[in-house]
Amino acid sequence: MPKNVPMVKVYILGEGFDVPEGSTIISALEYAGFQLTVGVGCREGFCGACATLYREKGDYKLQAGLACQTVVTDGMNIAQIPFVPAEKPIYDINKLDPDIEAFKTIYPILFRCVGCNTCTKICPQDIEVMDYVQALIRGDIAKAADLSFDCIRCGLCALRCPAEIVQYNAAILARRLTGKYLLPNSPDLEARVKEIAEGLYEKKLQKLTKSDTETIKKQYYDRDIKTV
Amino acid sequence: MKSGYFPGCTLKTNAKHFEDSAMQVMEVLGHPLEEMENWICCGTVFSMTTDDLMLQLASIRNLLRAENQGYDELITLCSMCYNTLKRAKEFILNDEENLRKVNDFMYKEDSKFKGTTDVVHLLSILKDRITFEEIKNKVTKPLTDLKIGAYYGCLLVRPKELAIDDFEDPTIMEELVDTLGGEGVVFPYRLECCGAYQTIIEKDVTVKRTYEIINSARNAGCEALITSCPLCAFNLDQRQKETSEEFLEFSTMPVFYFTELMAIALGLKWNKDWKKLHYIDPVPLLKEKGLI
Ligand code: SF4
Ligand code: SF4
Ligand code: SF4
Ligand code: SF4
Ligand code: FES
Repeated sequence: MPKNVPMVKVYILGEGFDVPEGSTIISALEYAGFQLTVGVGCREGFCGACATLYREKGDYKLQAGLACQTVVTDGMNIAQIPFVPAEKPIYDINKLDPDIEAFKTIYPILFRCVGCNTCTKICPQDIEVMDYVQALIRGDIAKAADLSFDCIRCGLCALRCPAEIVQYNAAILARRLTGKYLLPNSPDLEARVKEIAEGLYEKKLQKLTKSDTETIKKQYYDRDIKTV
Repeated sequence: MKSGYFPGCTLKTNAKHFEDSAMQVMEVLGHPLEEMENWICCGTVFSMTTDDLMLQLASIRNLLRAENQGYDELITLCSMCYNTLKRAKEFILNDEENLRKVNDFMYKEDSKFKGTTDVVHLLSILKDRITFEEIKNKVTKPLTDLKIGAYYGCLLVRPKELAIDDFEDPTIMEELVDTLGGEGVVFPYRLECCGAYQTIIEKDVTVKRTYEIINSARNAGCEALITSCPLCAFNLDQRQKETSEEFLEFSTMPVFYFTELMAIALGLKWNKDWKKLHYIDPVPLLKEKGLI
């Protein structure tokens, strides 16, 4: 690290640490000496593992964000929420229809929504969470799937909901039903899945699992990314 | 005057035929319904708990969004939505403290709630704005010889501050039936409660109500009922299954949304999909009267 980087003070679970200005919450945690085994994953804002609550200096408001995407500010108070033990019913998608009945049976809790919008306020992905819950209540499965598309399943909405709804799990059912029943089939995708099932990548994968870390790293950084 | 249409959830599911028929009817009458955007459930039932503002938020949020979308009024078809939205609006607007708290809570919406959008039931629009004379002129297939009981239930006329007609002796729906060329029959139980949500926890209560209400209608000479509330329709129509099982001499009666009969009288085609949403098949009666 270059010398003379300005530092800011953050409070992690109530304890103060000096960390470099401009760090994300994840790098601040690691700089402060925490070894993260949960509450982190992709570090790219996609996996949803790093939901974090924070409060900024002088503000009363508890805010939420992804630790890998949120930059620390001086005086910030931080607590990570590594896991939300939310309800996750088991169902057989082949036995469901893409309509309101599926939700009445599997997520009847949805109908308790009082329209408070607390879930939308907390969502780090800026999703209109209440509106997708409401779309489900009126059986508009495709709309719910569309509105919830960017959900990374961090669980913050469920933590905050006064009606104890598990929005993000219901949303995944909506997207599954939409994908399976409401969207047109893609022949290309089907052909691709068949190819893979028949072992197209079997050899390459086996080779990869046998390589050492350095080789994998090299391959990762040398990979050819197509830009559109 | 910009009018928006507030559907409510049931109109998009179990009462789809109510919405479909109303849309078509309003088109023919030259006042097409324009659905507001981003509406959410109205809150289902007006809460009489005075200190739990959370239960008013759904209604107020709808009204606020309608305000922001520039609507001077919101038209509802469902009696329950009408009642819930209208009462929530009065409750919040009439108390400065409530108004302030609710606005504080909804800081993410585009502006503060002012209460500038009126809540109006479609029946009032038909009577006061379009007028029954005008509707009469457009009737092409009069409901001749059809005796219809209008079931008001509670939500259109109570409490009396928001009643769409005389709260003890309303006539608006019977007048509408007469306008369509049928015979609006006044029957004793037309304002009785249908049992409402007891249908979920104490089904037998509503079965008994259905028995009494439909018998009362039949004894007065009705051949079918009309309603404007999906919950009344559920109790009076769907619950005739249990009613028939419980009371062996009970004879069934079709239950319509008033807009279905309007559609027929205005010469629109009876939609076969509507039949599927009825429990008691209305087709034999409509055929007998030569209406479809
Ligand atoms: S919808 Fe819920 S689970 Fe999904 S990203 Fe937003 S807060 Fe997280
Ligand atoms: S927080 Fe819960 S009750 Fe409030 S709008 Fe979201 S889902 Fe509905
Ligand atoms: S608003 Fe907050 S403090 Fe008030 S009752 Fe609800 S949870 Fe409790
Ligand atoms: S009262 Fe019933 S019909 Fe009206 S919006 Fe609520 S759930 Fe839907
Ligand atoms: S680590 Fe995956 S979203 Fe932050």
